[in-house]
Amino acid sequence: MKRLPAIAALTTPTALAAFALALAASPLAAQDFAITNATVATGDGSAPVENATVIVRGGQIVATGENVAVPGDVRVLDGSGTWVTPGIFSAVTTLGLWDVGAVSQSNDQAAGDAPFSAALDVATALNPASQHVAVSRAGGVTRASIFSRPASSIFGGQGAVVDLGADPNMVMRPRAFQMIALGEFGARLAGGSRTASHTLLRNSLIEARDFGGETGIDGRGGPSRRGAERTVSDDLGPDNRLQPNRTERGADALLTRFDAAALVPVVRGEQPLYIVVERASDIRQALALTREFPALDLVLVGASEGWLVADEIAAAGVPVIADPLDDLPSSFEQLAATQSNVGRMAAAGVKVAIGGLTNGIEQPRNSTQYAGNLVALTRVPGASGLSWGEAFATISSVPAEIAGFGGRLGVLAPGAAGDVVIWDGDPLELSSAPIRVFIDGVEQPLVNHQTRLRERYRDLDESDLPKAYDW
Amino acid sequence: MTLRATILAVGGALALAACTTTGTDSDSATATPPLGADGEVPFASTYDAYPGAPTALVGATVYDGAGGRIDNGTVLFRDGEIVGLGDASLATDGFTRIDGSGKFVTPGIIDIHSHLGDYPSPSVDAHSDGNEATEPFTPHVWAEHSIWPQDPGFSRALANGGITSLQILPGSANLMGGRSVTIKNVPARTVQGMKFPGAPYGFKMACGENPKRVYGGRGRSPSTRMGNFALNRQKWADARKWADGERDKRDLGMETLAGVLDGEILVHNHCYRADEMALVMDMAREAGYKVSAFHHAVEAYKIGDLLREEEVCSAIWADWYGFKMESYDGIPENAALLQQAGACVVIHSDDENGIQRLNQEAAKAAAAGRRMGMTIADADVISWVTLNAAKAMGVDAMTGSLATGKMADIVLWNGDPLSVYSRPEKVWIDGALMYDAMDPKRKPVSDFELGQPGEGDVK
Repeated sequence: MKRLPAIAALTTPTALAAFALALAASPLAAQDFAITNATVATGDGSAPVENATVIVRGGQIVATGENVAVPGDVRVLDGSGTWVTPGIFSAVTTLGLWDVGAVSQSNDQAAGDAPFSAALDVATALNPASQHVAVSRAGGVTRASIFSRPASSIFGGQGAVVDLGADPNMVMRPRAFQMIALGEFGARLAGGSRTASHTLLRNSLIEARDFGGETGIDGRGGPSRRGAERTVSDDLGPDNRLQPNRTERGADALLTRFDAAALVPVVRGEQPLYIVVERASDIRQALALTREFPALDLVLVGASEGWLVADEIAAAGVPVIADPLDDLPSSFEQLAATQSNVGRMAAAGVKVAIGGLTNGIEQPRNSTQYAGNLVALTRVPGASGLSWGEAFATISSVPAEIAGFGGRLGVLAPGAAGDVVIWDGDPLELSSAPIRVFIDGVEQPLVNHQTRLRERYRDLDESDLPKAYDW
Repeated sequence: MTLRATILAVGGALALAACTTTGTDSDSATATPPLGADGEVPFASTYDAYPGAPTALVGATVYDGAGGRIDNGTVLFRDGEIVGLGDASLATDGFTRIDGSGKFVTPGIIDIHSHLGDYPSPSVDAHSDGNEATEPFTPHVWAEHSIWPQDPGFSRALANGGITSLQILPGSANLMGGRSVTIKNVPARTVQGMKFPGAPYGFKMACGENPKRVYGGRGRSPSTRMGNFALNRQKWADARKWADGERDKRDLGMETLAGVLDGEILVHNHCYRADEMALVMDMAREAGYKVSAFHHAVEAYKIGDLLREEEVCSAIWADWYGFKMESYDGIPENAALLQQAGACVVIHSDDENGIQRLNQEAAKAAAAGRRMGMTIADADVISWVTLNAAKAMGVDAMTGSLATGKMADIVLWNGDPLSVYSRPEKVWIDGALMYDAMDPKRKPVSDFELGQPGEGDVK
């Protein structure tokens, strides 16, 4: 049995730096390893378990629990004093689409002047070398759903499910979902009122349905049952919707050919439709879309007033991705915003992930802080929060399930990806941080622009040479 | 999800932010505005403390805000003032005892950088009152004339953040944005009813990207950083001449600048980059004023020695990063590195949500430093959001720490305030209980919220 260096030894900056160098010297490879004696949270909503073991082999979790025997041929890390969790799954973010938010040339979050909308595909723009990817990875974020912000139309385009591994391949599933804005924002985009956005949406879905029938486009081949687990392959080839075809369309067609093609799998329920919506009445209108388009696979994003219609959302079986700490009437569609929103929806039976945290400022790595705040609410009279396990699930297994990766990501369960984060304490606590991060069993470098700056400015000594020589 | 907020954050509103500090005697501040024809200070505070019972907080862990910690402490307050601080042996006769066992007590949390009221919720255009972005110099405007006292954000800051005092600044579109105002976080029908009695005015300046972007984008000066400095230096030279003259003709802008040169108005300078902060400190020396605090200061860690020597505070976020070019070198260890250098650290929000969690942001910033190997006591971390902020705002003689004779601005937390799992249980402002988690009625509901969905909800 080969032992990796004790985790505690890696917490000193010198050891971490040496470890980083060692990593850089050899190509990243999956390791078979076991972490023992740790407090383990599996991410499935259950409470953390002390003195537990996690075993990773071949890039996957093979066992986890209290009485797990460690095979003799895997490396063992003594996890005493640490917590072990699945990697954080950021449910809606734009990581990899920008370097500096306010530097427009570096920012591919939205395409307000584009002639296309629904056809836009974030997979073509993602940059795994973005510092925000590296910073988030160091914060324990291992997977994410990346969206393209609606700007030229209510349709933002097609998002992707990605991993944050330090390698050139970021995209796990391209064209994983379509995002549209309804509510106040969608209304402005569509021409000035909610009536315009709803009419535009219906027309678009009908055009897509007809166009799909005419062209014989094979959407994605997945199930068309709403809410069903998406089993389509992650290894998609070129988008067969972006192909030349001569299908004639009516003279009053509003969608470009590509945009219509992109919506074919949406109207067929083969690609989830993320609807950004906040107000209770807007949520009801969104849910009602399935009366006309029964196959739609809806996910609500935002839903500040979701708690007011929680029973209806639960009955519809539609999951929600919410920004959990919004408690201000930031707009007239968020008058009932409250930090108890997530807790109340969850209590009503709604599947809730947290995400959509303001990008560039409130970053995905702070998902843990947000989840911790939901736990804090359980101690405030009149407020609704979540248990620790439930709160952690909102940033791990639940967003993974919503993304169609239930049981495969965001959870420490046999067969799931070997995304493992070792923390120096309770991961939801402000004082804690990842010590080591594995993605698919591959240990990840935690070095980035910020950590390099940190080390350069550990002291301000320039007596021998300027700081520029300190690297 | 706040798609629109994302746009604002990236495109502008959030990117527009600011900061200051000096050891000025706060009492002199009342002399700054010339008296009106009625012989009175204009827009004078009408705030009076609300009634409170003589109270003894006993059994809690007490952080005094000045770096002190008392286990099983006792805090006594009466008639709006702190009258005793000590351990369990302190007599509590005549006080209503509140058992704080297992809980924590801190001074009221202070946000040095807020736009509550001048960018209130709902954040519609009709409420956008934070930037008089029509010319690069607007030293004549006063933030208090923009504040909407009914902003629901005040109550969230109180209930979730334990905020008892805050400085409302104009925005950072302008090189000189105008006067700030410091308020007590009490609901009031008028701004005057919130004004912190005796607090000096602050003066908002902004360097870097914002002024050059806002005005350069309109094809006018400043469009570069050198333009920023050229315009500022000329303005200060003009102000010096005015200040040294008769001061007889009313000029609201010059009155503000003269107040700065007189040391009565504290400069809060929005400035991100280390090199630019050093230039601003040189400009201040040339002009004859002092910067009280650099706000946003994401690169302050690169010049902790200079900031210590100049006694300039850095008011910063814990970890905001990369949203604009001048924030690209932000690091979570900023606060800790400054503390290590012996410079003054303040954690600020500049955000209606962040102000509800300043304690959490301070905790994160400290944790980042500890992971580097620095020793930072929890009691010192609390000072980042209490006494240090008060110092940079010139109100430290009155609030910011638990000391006999100071205002009874106090938070009782239901757990360690540096833990994510803790929230304020009770908040007193000048000895009056203004928030009580255990009493649904002891929580303000603004006029705007009446009759609306979620009215009176715990939020």
